[in-house]
Amino acid sequence: MNDFIYLDNAATTKTAPEVVEAMLPYFTINYGNPSSIYSLGSTAQKAVMESREYIASTIGAKSNEIYFTGGGSESDNWALIATAEAYASRGRHIITSKIEHHAILHTCEYLEKKGYEITYIDVDENGIIKLDDLKAAIRQDTILISIMFANNEIGTIQPIKEIGQMAKAHDILFHTDAVQAYAHLPIHVDEMNIDMLSASGHKFQGPKGIGFLYIRTGIKIRSFLHGGQQERGRRAGTENVPGIVGIGKAARLAFSHMEEREKKEKELRDYLIKKIEGEIPYCKLNGDKEKRLSNNVNYSFQFIEGESLLIMLDRKGICGSSGSACTSGSLDPSHVLLAIGLPHEMAHGSLRLTVNWENTLEEMDRAVEAIKGIVERLRNMSPLYEDYINKNK
Amino acid sequence: MKNKVVVGMSGGVDSSVAAYLLKEQGYEVIGVTMQIWQDEKELQKDENGACCGLLAVEDARRVAQYLQIPYYVMNFKKEFKEKVMDYFVDEYLHGRTPNPCIACNRYVKWESLLQRSIGIGADYIATGHYARIRQLANGRYAVCKSATDQKDQTYALYNLTQYQLAHTLMPVGEYEKEEIRTLAKKAGLPVAQKPDSQEICFIPDNDYAGFIDREAGERVPGPGNFVTSSGEVIGQHKGITHYTVGQRKGLQLAMGHPVFVTRIHPDTNEVVIGEGEDVFSCELFCDRINYMGMEELQGTKRVLAKIRYGHKGAYGVIEKVGEDRIRCRFEESVRAVTPGQAVVFYENECVLGGGTIL
Repeated sequence: MNDFIYLDNAATTKTAPEVVEAMLPYFTINYGNPSSIYSLGSTAQKAVMESREYIASTIGAKSNEIYFTGGGSESDNWALIATAEAYASRGRHIITSKIEHHAILHTCEYLEKKGYEITYIDVDENGIIKLDDLKAAIRQDTILISIMFANNEIGTIQPIKEIGQMAKAHDILFHTDAVQAYAHLPIHVDEMNIDMLSASGHKFQGPKGIGFLYIRTGIKIRSFLHGGQQERGRRAGTENVPGIVGIGKAARLAFSHMEEREKKEKELRDYLIKKIEGEIPYCKLNGDKEKRLSNNVNYSFQFIEGESLLIMLDRKGICGSSGSACTSGSLDPSHVLLAIGLPHEMAHGSLRLTVNWENTLEEMDRAVEAIKGIVERLRNMSPLYEDYINKNK
Repeated sequence: MKNKVVVGMSGGVDSSVAAYLLKEQGYEVIGVTMQIWQDEKELQKDENGACCGLLAVEDARRVAQYLQIPYYVMNFKKEFKEKVMDYFVDEYLHGRTPNPCIACNRYVKWESLLQRSIGIGADYIATGHYARIRQLANGRYAVCKSATDQKDQTYALYNLTQYQLAHTLMPVGEYEKEEIRTLAKKAGLPVAQKPDSQEICFIPDNDYAGFIDREAGERVPGPGNFVTSSGEVIGQHKGITHYTVGQRKGLQLAMGHPVFVTRIHPDTNEVVIGEGEDVFSCELFCDRINYMGMEELQGTKRVLAKIRYGHKGAYGVIEKVGEDRIRCRFEESVRAVTPGQAVVFYENECVLGGGTIL
């Protein structure tokens, strides 16, 4: 089926053709190992260096503070585990939130088993961190605060600058999972007091399997993969040169048209929201209306199963999601939706649509028309809906 | 318009061939694997290897891709927990020996899967069961014995409703087990030659009592007395959830001759012990009746009755003795009539109905 509508850009994006083009020579011509001494190697080494320098410049960092990794999850794992190990003598307490990605939450569970104590901060009904709770959670032995920049399911953007200030004032390291935010929102690590930041290439039209972790100079952090001297000895393994070239190119593209792109996406997003609100009753927009990623729409539809909605949308060629794409293919109610206080049945009936600036208004119309029909059909089969209608006649 | 059918795919040979056959027959086939009990905590516990639930998904997905049919995983954990696991625990706490597969078939595989399948636009659901669905002369649907003798799966299907049967296809039932394997090979289906599993899927270690302890916690009655039929105390038992009627092994009673569990009394927390002949009964009562091939039982009827999975059946006469109660008098006494298990009545190899043994 060619005629599909892709509305799951928070899960992954199409690799930009320019990115693919930039990568190809590093498979076929400049395939040397960056660690080799001959010129084929140094061509690759130069490409890696340029990519690193450019990416550093996009967040106000130095190039030797950027470490390429296998993606967002690896960056998150590295930041948390290595910090916990390196600073264990100072304390064993870490603060995070209840709506983090599983790459953070499951790593925290792992650390709990290793004897660390984790505080999971609540969020308000829009998914924003409660700064007072964060402040109250800080202890003498707190070594790290890890709060995501923007949420992958409901798009909520956190008060990162305030969190950074608070962390700095208490001399605590601050890591942010910026997988959904990097190359979508302006980020400056000094202005925001960010000590570590995770990002992933395929969320902004770069390739999959490549990401980076920013680590501020001076932070003690253990090596993640042991072996050769790549990434200044902190992440061994021959560099993924085509991937690094790809993420660099994708970043260049993304930053060159960030404003224009965000504007278009916002327009599509707001059109979609308005249309859903106008045409489908008994639904609720999840997440904050203002502090929200420009590509994110997340709705709960009362009386239906999100699973059935997604399957039927797929049958009609519309790619959506019910939240995180990282589950095993089957859906449990999202921890994010439960954390913002949605009852189980509403959390089950949720749909996430994440647009890209290349989507069209016409696609939005088709999507809403399909959703409307499916929701109606599923509601007509739902005993809960029948009860509700009878009660409110 | 082609009829749409959702095939419940476990990743095994039978359901894979079911999907293949239906596609060959011209149906629009959608593959679905039901995720029923593996939860994240259990996943993490299993640090040494991949868990069975996800492997099944991988296998089923591979088959679906090979057959070029759409494939989805549906989550039935909530239904499975409520209708199967909780029921299983509850029955043991009441001194009965449940058959969770029957509950799973009725409430999860059929009720929930069928409802959701119709929700996504399907006309039927299909499975890889060795059974056939027939419409009998009286107009009613019944599950009937499949072409193969060695693998009759009708017993665990006795509790399906007429509506469920009318919307179900069981293409595998028309073939012998060996033919199905041959078909799988011929079609090139990438399915593992997995042995059929015998244990209960949510208790892979087969330790029922341990599972009940974990699930029910304080509700589990502790140790109590082994008694004879006349009430004489002859020892201590570990708790009624450890025993089932007809059991001989693991009683740890030194009587000098083989003894058996003949009854379990949850109210007094007693396990009754008897001799070999005490385990035989010439009649049983059942309730929670489901009528399948017959609309209602009037007067008496001679049937073949099966009292557990794998039982070859015994002839008897059934009669209604209450609103939701049937008595079955056997022509020859049967061994270990076990409360909580199903009794299923057959005529001409088709299921007339059945109930839960009291």
